[in-house]
Amino acid sequence: MKATPLSNCERRFLLRAIQERKRLDGRQCYDYRNVRISFGADYGCCIVELGKTRVLAQVSCELVPPKPNRPTEGILFFNLELSPMAAPGFEPGRQSDLLVRLNRLIERCLRNSKCIDTESLCIVAGEKVWQIRLDLHLLNHDGNIIDAASIAGIVALCHFRRPDVSVQGEEVTVYTPEERDPVPLSIHHMPICVSFAFFQQGIYLLVDPSEREERVMDGVLVIAMNKHREICTMQSSGGIMLVKDQVLRCSKITAVKVAEITELIQKALENDQKVRKEGGKFGFAESIPNQKITAFKMESAAVDTNDVEEQAEEIITKAEPPSEVFTTPILHTPGTAQIGEGIENSWGDLEESEGEEAAEEEGESEATAFEWQKMEAEDTSTVVETKRDEPIVVSDSEEEEVVILEPQELPRKTRAQTTPKQETTTKKAFNKRRKKKRAAH
Amino acid sequence: AGGAYWVDSQQKRYVPVKGDHVIGIVTAKAGDVFKLDVGGSEQASLSYLAFEGATKRNRPNVQVGDLIYGQFLVANKDMEPEMVCIDSSGRSSGMGLIGQDGFLFKVSLGLIRKLLAPKCEIIQELSQLYPFELVLGMNGRIWVKAKTVQQTLIIVNILEACEYMTAEQRKQALAKLSGN
Repeated sequence: MKATPLSNCERRFLLRAIQERKRLDGRQCYDYRNVRISFGADYGCCIVELGKTRVLAQVSCELVPPKPNRPTEGILFFNLELSPMAAPGFEPGRQSDLLVRLNRLIERCLRNSKCIDTESLCIVAGEKVWQIRLDLHLLNHDGNIIDAASIAGIVALCHFRRPDVSVQGEEVTVYTPEERDPVPLSIHHMPICVSFAFFQQGIYLLVDPSEREERVMDGVLVIAMNKHREICTMQSSGGIMLVKDQVLRCSKITAVKVAEITELIQKALENDQKVRKEGGKFGFAESIPNQKITAFKMESAAVDTNDVEEQAEEIITKAEPPSEVFTTPILHTPGTAQIGEGIENSWGDLEESEGEEAAEEEGESEATAFEWQKMEAEDTSTVVETKRDEPIVVSDSEEEEVVILEPQELPRKTRAQTTPKQETTTKKAFNKRRKKKRAAH
Repeated sequence: AGGAYWVDSQQKRYVPVKGDHVIGIVTAKAGDVFKLDVGGSEQASLSYLAFEGATKRNRPNVQVGDLIYGQFLVANKDMEPEMVCIDSSGRSSGMGLIGQDGFLFKVSLGLIRKLLAPKCEIIQELSQLYPFELVLGMNGRIWVKAKTVQQTLIIVNILEACEYMTAEQRKQALAKLSGN
């Protein structure tokens, strides 16, 4: 699909807002969006949400022969994919500039920084080493993919456990997770990317740009740093000219942000570790909340009930007395009662065929018979005597004249509950008179 | 029998329907026709002459990237959708080019239908906050313009949040804002 174009009014508005130091979601210029980390049931699987941007990371390992020029080092493989579900402009199989740039950044951030000890991945020099593969999938694009991807990558790598291996002479034994607990990777430090978007030739600067802000920015500067204030990689794209002061200022901001994010990552990893050890439930089913539009979850709030009684009494004394409610049904004839006022038939003019009429007669007779049963159950004190020949109008409907079936006899004294079967046999003795206005006639 | 059934659904992806009023973004000018993005699978076409008071000599001043509020004349799965900015009697009745300022954003289709209902509470409550102009497109797009950037942003955020807020929460949020 083609990406949604950016309209002129959006561009103008965003630039005006940035000049007034306002962002669409109410953040300050140097504020990050909420970072949420959730872990899957497998080791090495996690989802990172940076605002609405979501990245899924999965780490896996395999035993392979090493590269010929590096026989004592393990192999790292990184892959970032932009899923078509992330944004309408992403198509599968199309290598866009953005994809190439992001993949390169991830490689430089995680591989060139040597955050993972590759020598520890070697089992038999020159023959067998571990290949660690990190797959990143973008699930939703709301700006700043690289930050979310770098956080997801490093968290997944820290979370991952590889099978334990022991080497005895020539023999190599790879233990299954059941035999021996899997072992974490040896990670020296956690590099995290922080993006800065520039506007108006570098005058205005925003940290963690959202998707709309990315569309109108002049250029972006990405700095990858770890919590020890070591810069792992830096990239400026978009062709903006940056002054030395600006770059230094950005790196200072990066140091602060990375410290906060690293702390968050540590806490998340510790929490997950604790839950797994205690045998509690873990995985996406637990950590990712059910987002339903129809389910309004409200947190219980403490209610002050000290003067509720006084308030209630006050309301009651001030309120008007309720209007009279007629609880006893009005008995038209033995067999049909009315409670309340009927309303017009709102089904419209129903055209009925001969066959339907017969069915309807049955239906109606059953309905009145049921009412009769209801009547028996209620203790009615008044009985209205009506002439048998007069039709009794129950509803205001102009389309039909509804005639009430008149039973020939009504046992008043016996209060035995008539069973439905008895009802149907007595029905046949009823006289039916029915008049129906028909448009056809 | 007969009678109309209304099935309410919740989705964000729009499918063009004849007669729907939508907000489109002009992506190209090709010959006698504008091409608009309406959020569907295909771009809609809009003729130069389908504006009120437009003739071959007097063309509307529409640039690429402008916003247009119009309705679908033709919209089915076999053909490219066509839009017009006039109704059957030739009057614009509110349709046409949308002004230069203001902000455009997207919400779900269900929220748009809720806002378009007569006597919508949300709109009434918002109008007591600040005066603003509002255009609702059935394709999920809303255009808002208020006096200042801050006010516009507030309205945008409240409308986006209305998706998930109950009436109570909304009233509380608005009460806090009008208190400021």
